[in-house]
Amino acid sequence: MNPGVLKPMIAGIPVEYLLILACIVFSIGVAGVLFRRSAVVIFMCIELMLNSVNLVFVVFSKSLQQVQGEVAVFFVMAIAAAEAAIGLALVVAIHRKKKTSFVDEMNLMKW
Amino acid sequence: MSWEILIPLLVLLPLAGSILNAVFGRFLKGFAGILGTLFSFASFGAGVIAYLQYHPFENQVPQIVNFFPWLEVGGFKVDVAYQVDQLSLFMTLIITGIGSLIHLYSIGYMKGNPGIARFFSYLNLFLFAMLHLVLAENLVVLFFGWEGVGLCSYLLIGFDTHKENAANASIKAFITNRIADLAMIAGIALTYWLAGSVSFTKIAENLPQVKFFQQALPIVAICFFVGAMGKSAQFPFHVWLPDAMAGPTPVSALIHAATMVTAGLFLIARLNYIFVLVPQVGFWIVCIGTFTAFFAATIGVYQNDIKKVLAYSTVSQLGYMFVAMGAGAYVAGLFHLLTHAFFKALLFLGSGSVIHSLHDEQDLRRMGGLKSQMKITWWTFLLGTLAIAGAPPFSGFFSKDLILEKAYFFHPVFFAMGIVTAFLTTFYMFRLTLLAFTGKSRVAPSTHPHESPWTMTVPLVILALGAAFSGYLLVPESLGGGVDVLERYFAPVFAQGVSYSSKLKNASIAVHHLAPGEEIILALCSLGAIALGFGIYWVFFAKKEKLPQDESSYTGWRALPANKYYIDEFFQNVFIGPLSWVSEFLSEVVEKRWIDTVLVGAGKVSGGVASILRRIQTGTVVDYAFLIVLGTVLILSAFLWRGI
Repeated sequence: MNPGVLKPMIAGIPVEYLLILACIVFSIGVAGVLFRRSAVVIFMCIELMLNSVNLVFVVFSKSLQQVQGEVAVFFVMAIAAAEAAIGLALVVAIHRKKKTSFVDEMNLMKW
Repeated sequence: MSWEILIPLLVLLPLAGSILNAVFGRFLKGFAGILGTLFSFASFGAGVIAYLQYHPFENQVPQIVNFFPWLEVGGFKVDVAYQVDQLSLFMTLIITGIGSLIHLYSIGYMKGNPGIARFFSYLNLFLFAMLHLVLAENLVVLFFGWEGVGLCSYLLIGFDTHKENAANASIKAFITNRIADLAMIAGIALTYWLAGSVSFTKIAENLPQVKFFQQALPIVAICFFVGAMGKSAQFPFHVWLPDAMAGPTPVSALIHAATMVTAGLFLIARLNYIFVLVPQVGFWIVCIGTFTAFFAATIGVYQNDIKKVLAYSTVSQLGYMFVAMGAGAYVAGLFHLLTHAFFKALLFLGSGSVIHSLHDEQDLRRMGGLKSQMKITWWTFLLGTLAIAGAPPFSGFFSKDLILEKAYFFHPVFFAMGIVTAFLTTFYMFRLTLLAFTGKSRVAPSTHPHESPWTMTVPLVILALGAAFSGYLLVPESLGGGVDVLERYFAPVFAQGVSYSSKLKNASIAVHHLAPGEEIILALCSLGAIALGFGIYWVFFAKKEKLPQDESSYTGWRALPANKYYIDEFFQNVFIGPLSWVSEFLSEVVEKRWIDTVLVGAGKVSGGVASILRRIQTGTVVDYAFLIVLGTVLILSAFLWRGI
């Protein structure tokens, strides 16, 4: 498999634009993780971060005309699904016990 | 040969008894003693069968029974192996035989004691260790047993853990022995370095080939002798033995008669081929032995504690045995070891019977008139006294006379000292016996003396038979015997030494015999000493019913022996005092002020740092996430700035 030549455009959109979009989405995700209190919203923000990464994978995969990036995307989606399942289960369990899903009230491991 | 399996068996049986009593003792209650005694007797039985199978009178070479390989480091190889020969079988039978009787006796003596299972566990362990000592094929296994009996003596002497003097005495015994063991270890190391092996038979094989070894031999012999002095309580290492009386009486009997204190003699007998080549060391052994015998006997005269008298008597008798060992008369030494094992065990158990009957009264001045109430104890005790004094025709007469004869050959001075010691022995032994058993009763009115149960009297009777008749194993011609069972029995063991000494001309400890006429004169001398000892006590003390003073109330020159020549005080001031001062300084100043300051300071610094750092651990997910992001950003910026 020869390394492909970087194509500056994908479907008429410049690669930079897509990367900037991914960057914005990722930053929104980070900000959400850091500043929101609800565990569910935090999970959604994590999904945002993952999807922005997926977007980067797809963009580079297309622009380099190689398929590995898209394969990685499938892995990320699979793991994200698993993580969401476990994470939401934990959130439900904690909610049952503490009657809250706000992360700053879950500080049991504090010194 | 299949009988060899008996040797590991007879060694392991006491160990099994010990473990059983240690693990299940609390459920056994009164059965603990029976269990321990059964295992001990089983070991004795195995010993007897092994003895019969070995045919000691025909076999010239020792049998090596290899149990399992133990250490192998480079060229250094040690197996747990047992050397079965005349000497080790002799010792095995004494240890298990007399040890078993002491076990049986202990059932009665320790009855009702809450720690009886622990006691029997220790007793069995003692047998196990002692059997390793005497059956060892090499110096390392011997040393294992050597230290094992040291440990067991510590445990047994301090058996009454709540008694402070018992605890102190056990520590004293342990430490005194460790000091002497230093020399012992040096001896083993030197032997290995020079002879290239620790196995007794190999050392004997290599001995004539190594020139340098022969030059270093005196040092080796002195090292081993110092080790032997510690175990066998020779001056100045004797201090632990009288204090060891703080342990229960059967323990005293076991340590004194059957086992531990004879270890030193056994070591010399086992290494006879080394000692025979260094007569100059032998001379010192004779000197120390004679001095110890005399010195301990003078102390014994002034003691009022029934067991302390016997303890000093043991030290004194061991001195006799060392005289024989130093003079190269190994058979004579072992002969006295055998007879002494009988009569000293008898005397200790007899005194234990008295103590038991008087509810732990040990002061001779509060006894008296016991002979009508304790008939068996009285008659057996009297027999033991006659035997240890050397009155014919009991065992002590033959064995002690033989040693005195060898001492005479070495130098008449030693003979004279031995005679004086015999005189003193008779004096203090009759003082002990007559004070305890005859005259008016001085027993506290609330106690009613009674004869001990059969478990205690049966061993007394058996030991009394041994004390009476074991002397007939070796009776010189002039005394109407011409019996040399022991000489013939031990001949193969000591043949090697004899052949070495005849090869090397400058070293000669030959087998000498006096003319029968001289022998009779010497025997008459010792008889005279005994008669004098008894006579003086009878006329000047027993008739007048004079009670001895308190040990500490003697004045003038008599204060010296009555206070044990202030040896303990000497040690206290010369060694222990300065040492405690140094350790006090080290612990109070160096440790507490200097080292602790540094260490505690280091601890405080890290504690302080940690108390700041742990503020970061808020337990809030958001904070951690923020730190992760921050870290990621920082690392990524570092990469961007540097270029990947």
